[in-house]
Parts: sequence; structure tokens; C-alpha cells
Amino acid sequence: MREQIAANKRKTILLFVLAIAFTALIGYAIGYLFFAGGTAGVVIAVILAVVLSLSSYFAGDRLVLASTRAREVSAEEEPRLHNVVEGLAIAAGVPKPRVYVVPEQAPNAFATGRDPNHSSVAVTQGLLDIMNRVELEGVIGHEMSHVLDRDILVGTVVATVVGAAVLMSEFFMRSWFWSGGRMGGRRDSGGDAGIITLVLFAVGIVLLILAPLAGQLIKLSVSRNREYLADAQGVLLTRYPPGLISALEKIRDAPHAMKAANNATAHLWLDQPSRVPGDDTSRMERLFSTHPPIQERIDRLREM
Amino acid sequence: MVGLWIVVGIVALLVLWAVYAYNRLVTYRNRVDEGWSQIDVQLRRRYDLIPNLVETVKGYAAHEREVFEEVAQARAAAIGASGAAEQANAENAITSGLRKLLAVAENYPDLKASANFLALQEELTGTESKIAYARQYYNEQVRLLNTRIQSFPSSVLAGLFRFDRREFFDIEDAARGPVEVDLGSASTEA
Repeated sequence: MREQIAANKRKTILLFVLAIAFTALIGYAIGYLFFAGGTAGVVIAVILAVVLSLSSYFAGDRLVLASTRAREVSAEEEPRLHNVVEGLAIAAGVPKPRVYVVPEQAPNAFATGRDPNHSSVAVTQGLLDIMNRVELEGVIGHEMSHVLDRDILVGTVVATVVGAAVLMSEFFMRSWFWSGGRMGGRRDSGGDAGIITLVLFAVGIVLLILAPLAGQLIKLSVSRNREYLADAQGVLLTRYPPGLISALEKIRDAPHAMKAANNATAHLWLDQPSRVPGDDTSRMERLFSTHPPIQERIDRLREM
Repeated sequence: MVGLWIVVGIVALLVLWAVYAYNRLVTYRNRVDEGWSQIDVQLRRRYDLIPNLVETVKGYAAHEREVFEEVAQARAAAIGASGAAEQANAENAITSGLRKLLAVAENYPDLKASANFLALQEELTGTESKIAYARQYYNEQVRLLNTRIQSFPSSVLAGLFRFDRREFFDIEDAARGPVEVDLGSASTEA
């Protein structure tokens, strides 16, 4: 477990370094191509990337929770969920994470945060509705293992840094589209506006190419193996494999698709958020697949 | 001269090791204490729940006096208990008393349906499983500490600085299983 934690910390630092270096490169290119000098571009880009990295580290969990529309629930609202989370936190010897519910019918769950002292666990309404207590314990045990191993740190940073790249590409493309469309007639009057339009366009194109690559990056940084690991470790906490097995079976057979599914946060969830109910083998999903097939996980748990 | 330096080097290494090993022992002991206080918190929560639960059941089944008394006595004994082994015995008595109480409740549909009872039952189930998890954590930490105290060379330091072995906290292991259908079996989850 200690090696897991160390590896995850290394990975996080590497991600930040990559993100900053990459942004600097883009900044340099823009400065060089459009403003006759790369230095200013690099400085601005690095400042931007450092701010992005810091906010991803300190506020990444809040961003992820907000993007899934998760709502924090009190112990009075959801006594059973709170009791289960507190129980497994005791078993793991860590402070109790904050508890969230995602308004979504597909049964699923995730954990986020930067370390066990700053962690949150979120489950979907659908999961709460169909799971009994031992199944819920199995699910939360799995998530608690991610908290213990600092998988949540890497996962959250990946989600926010990659999510930012995707968001920015959309932003740039859209602002180019609008400004380009509207300024078409006025372009002769102001040369500056033309340059800005071009810059936005170039950045947008670069980010657009990067967005699918980002999906691959997620796959690289969060190994599918850690899901098996978290299953095994979670069962070590609950001491009851049938709980998680039956929970995974219910998730496998659930007829709902996830509305909040997107590529930036897919790797965080307990099971691959499916866009089409029951279809976990579509081409798109295999391309961005961050999780092992659920049946394989069930089989491995059965062997324990 | 060289011989002197070698001796100094060995002594320095020994001291470094001793500091490290001593700090490890302290860490392990603190985790055991932390684990114990967590058990204590959860046990106390259960003591606090019992009068409420008894009162609620009484409202519907006043004549089941025997069970009420058994639970009350077990609770008093547990509060007065000292030491992990005695405590564990007393807690087992509470658990079996509570199981009977819930079995009694089973015969009163109005009681079983009341919101107050359901909330108390959730609280009780939650607390019992927290006791189980706290015990699991505590016993794991005790095992780690005891191993360290017994194994050479840290055993030398442990003897020197009086690190004592700790008792395990044993509560009878009730079967875990799905609890959604049968209200009566909810308490067995601990």
C-alpha cells in the first residue's frame, strides 16, 4: 500500500510538470508566431498553468463534485449512507469523508479529494435506492481503498487538468466562431482584432487535436489494475466479499445510462459510466475505457 | 585511531537505530490507543441508544418486562466493566439482549412501522457495525504492536522502555449477511 501511495504522488507531480511544460510550449508557439517573440507567451502560459495546477490540487475535488451535480447530504437526510461511510472510515483508520449524493438513476459511486484528511465520497441516488446495507458497505469499502491509496489524488488531478483542456478547447473554438463571424465586416478597420481571432483559432485547433489524446492520457495515468486492487482491498475492510459481488451484479444489470458521463471524470467512478444502458462494449467506450469489464471483476472477487 | 572511529561509527549507528525503533513503537502504541478510544466512543453511543430504544418498544409492548430488564442489566454491567476481556463479555450480553428486544419488536407491526423505531433501529445497526469495524481496526493495531514488541531486536527496546503487550478485544463474531428482508436480523450485522 505504501508503494501505491508513493507511486500516486509521483504520478501527480509528473502530471503537473507535463501540464506546465505543455502549456509553456503552446504559449511560446503563439508568442513566436503572432507577437514576434516567445518569452512573454511562455511567461503568461506558465503562470496560467501553475494557477491551474494549484487550483486542481486544492479545489479539484470541489470541481469534480460540482461537475457531477453532487449534493452534500447530512446524517439526518441519509442516516444509512452516513453510518456506512463512518463505519468504513473507522475500519480504515482515517477521518470520515464528506458524503455526497448525485441525482442520477444509474447506480454508481466515486471518491475524490487530495488525501484522507480531505476526501469526499459520492454515490448516485440510483445506487442508494437499489443497494441493501451490505452491498452499500461493499461499494463504500471499494471507494475507501481509493482514498487510502491516494488514487483519489491522481484521479482528481487528471479529471481537472484534462477537463480544463477539453473546456478550453471548446471555449476557444466557440469564441473564434463568434468573433470571426461578427468581425468579418470590420476586419479591415482594426488589425488587432484580426490577430486575436487568428490566435484563438490556432489555440482552438491545437486543443481540439489534444482532446482525444487527453482520453488516452487518462487511460495511461490511471491503470485499470487499480480497480481490481481497490476491490480486493475494499473487501479486506468489509471482510465480506459477497457484499461487493452482489453490488457489482446489480450495477451490471441496471437498465439506466448515466447522464453525467463524460470523458474527464469517467475514470473516477466505481464502474465505467455507460452512455447506453447495458452496452459496455461499444467502440467509443472501449476507446476511452478506464475500467476492467465488470464481469471480470465479479469473477476475480468470487475466487477470493 | 582507525579502531576508535569504527567503534564511534558503530555506536552512532546503534543510537540512530534505537531512536528510529523507539519512535516506531510509540507510533504503534498510539494507534492502539486511538483504536481503543474509537471503540469506546461507539460503545458509549450504544449505551445512549439503549434507553431510547427500550422506551420506544415499551410504548407498544409494555408487558415484555423480562427483556427490558435483561437489556438494562447488561448495559449497567458494561458501563461498569474494566479491561478489554471483561468489557467484551459485557458487550456480548448487551448484543444478545438487544437481539431479543428486536425479536420482541417483530411481533408488533405498529411498532415496526413507526418512524421513531425505524430511525432508532438504523442508528443501532449503524453503531453495531461501527463497533465491529472499530474492533477490527483495534485488533489489527494490537497485532502489529505485539509483533513488534515480541520480535528481536525491537523487543530489547520494548523491554527497556516498558512497552507492554495489549489484549485483543474479542466479541463473538455474529454472521454477516443481507439484512434488507428480515428486520430481526438487523442487529446480527455487528
